[in-house]
Amino acid sequence: MTEHHETLPAVAEEPLANPGLEEHTWRPTDIDEKAEKRAERQVATWFILSMVFAVLFVVAYFSIDKYEIVMGLGAMNVSLGVTMAGSLLCVGIGIIHWARKLMADVEIAEDRHPAASSEEDRQETLAALAAGLEESGLGRRPLVRNTLLGALGFVGLPLIVALRDIGPLPGKKLEKTIWKAGTRIVNDVTGRWIRPTDLEIGQLVNAEPEGLVPTPDPRTDEADMAARGVPMQHGHHAIVEKAKSAVIVVRMEPKDITEKTQNWGYEGILCYSKICTHMGCPIALWEQQTHHLLCPCHQSTFDLGDKGRVVFGPATRALPQLPIGVDDDGFLIARSGFLEPVGPSYFERNSPESYEGREPK
Amino acid sequence: MRLLNRSAGRLSRHRRSRVAGLVVMLLGLLLMGGLYQAVLSPSNADEAGKSDDQLIQEGRELFLVGCAFCHGQNGEGINSQDGQYGPSLVGVGAAAVHFQVGTGRMPMQNPGQQAPAKDAVYSDSEIEALSAYVASLGPGPEIPTSAQYTLDHLSEDERREAVVRGGQLFLTNCTACHNFDGSGGAMPWGKYAPALRDTSAVHLYEAMQTGPQQMPVFSDEVLNPEDKAAIIAYLDSIDERAGQGGFSLGGLGPVSEGMFAWLFGIGGLVGFAYWIASHTTRTDKKTKIGEGTHS
Repeated sequence: MTEHHETLPAVAEEPLANPGLEEHTWRPTDIDEKAEKRAERQVATWFILSMVFAVLFVVAYFSIDKYEIVMGLGAMNVSLGVTMAGSLLCVGIGIIHWARKLMADVEIAEDRHPAASSEEDRQETLAALAAGLEESGLGRRPLVRNTLLGALGFVGLPLIVALRDIGPLPGKKLEKTIWKAGTRIVNDVTGRWIRPTDLEIGQLVNAEPEGLVPTPDPRTDEADMAARGVPMQHGHHAIVEKAKSAVIVVRMEPKDITEKTQNWGYEGILCYSKICTHMGCPIALWEQQTHHLLCPCHQSTFDLGDKGRVVFGPATRALPQLPIGVDDDGFLIARSGFLEPVGPSYFERNSPESYEGREPK
Repeated sequence: MRLLNRSAGRLSRHRRSRVAGLVVMLLGLLLMGGLYQAVLSPSNADEAGKSDDQLIQEGRELFLVGCAFCHGQNGEGINSQDGQYGPSLVGVGAAAVHFQVGTGRMPMQNPGQQAPAKDAVYSDSEIEALSAYVASLGPGPEIPTSAQYTLDHLSEDERREAVVRGGQLFLTNCTACHNFDGSGGAMPWGKYAPALRDTSAVHLYEAMQTGPQQMPVFSDEVLNPEDKAAIIAYLDSIDERAGQGGFSLGGLGPVSEGMFAWLFGIGGLVGFAYWIASHTTRTDKKTKIGEGTHS
């Protein structure tokens, strides 16, 4: 104890007398034995309640039918949630109540000591370090020292090489979709082919290339599709392609469409990628009167009357337009694939300028 | 006759009473009102007997009073210096009128970003007449029949299948604006996609068919009547669905759920923290248990 007192800062002369700590007052549970017993029982009650809830959880788990409905809510989930929450909450409340009413209630003051070690300790440590340096001979044997440093440096090499596994690079995979010249545009979910006459001014169709919607048009089947060169895609491959190929088809007043945009459309019908160029959300919030397309994720807004130009929001590139036409049977088709990569930017993507001026063959 | 005389005499005794005039006037008014209601009222006229011409004529009269100020004397629309005042109604069809007037969106109370739905101003027969008149201006979609927007003709299994398909169609075509369970959502510049949960089936059908305001059109050729009926059936089925995840909080997604977490979740934790750190009850007595009571 005496050592500690030596390291304490000298008590300065204070301008006002230190009033010291306030006199301690006791809690009823410290004074009154009855109150103490009562608090003890209360704490125990909380703990018992917690046990009851835990048992009820088990009862509910085994006795409630999982399709049971109570007040429009799933009875199973509600009862499991309430009993679990109840049992945890009761343990917590019990412990806090215990601490507040029954655990030791004394004020403790602990004086602060200087953070530095004593001068003696510091000298001793420095001496030990110097002795270690001398005994290892690190200063005298540069070969050992340098090879050690080299070894430590080379340990990092495997870690850096393993970073290669983050790849492989996407290559052209993101640039190509299933769309090609002659692919019919079909309605999503129902898979039906679309004629230009099906579309009214102000119409929006959420569409896909033929072969990605599992239910084909009633006028065709898988054999016919394979013969026409648009085989039905299945499984993982179909999902990957669908993530890139979704489009929206809109029809608007030809007077609202710029000439360049109209060149890739068909009588006021325009087709755009459905995937936002900002973060890749599917976009379908189309306002038919302003002909703006709004992305629900970050409010990027594209003007479909003008090449999908960005008019608001964080997107930096226009929405890719798909050049469309009509085949001999009178159904809407793509005149070529997308002429620039769809979806958000990625490291290997060329600058937007490098795709400018491309025209379908 | 004696009886009549007697009652007339009894009545006659009251004829100088102070309220006699009032009673007679009230009786007269009741009689006339009743007669009008029973015989003369236009709303009681036989609808089936009304010819198309009569209906269109009646609709035109209503149109000239209630709609022509914005849409023009012949529904040709009015253009003002800074754009359209009221759009042309030629070719919008009876379905568009039935939707716009039936949901109270038209007549519009004041110009704004969007005409909100309110209580319908016109009666059903007046809406029918207005629809007939506007339909006569040019060919357009007709008011759908109940066979088009209900699935009553399907068996229970077929109906369930249709609801599943309706859900897929809804998630593909409608969710972007109207939210995943049809509770509506915000659009730019103060516009919004309204909630669909309380909209009647016929109005839902007409909205898809005609594309009111900013909503795109989903024509019968692309989203055919069975598809539309399936979407409507799916919307109905949302109400039957049990809330397995607890209360839906309006089905608005992260907005209402986040608000609940902040107000009640974090609020509850703050309350507990206050309780943990607050002072316990203290007493004036000085003696602790075990220190003896004889001090």
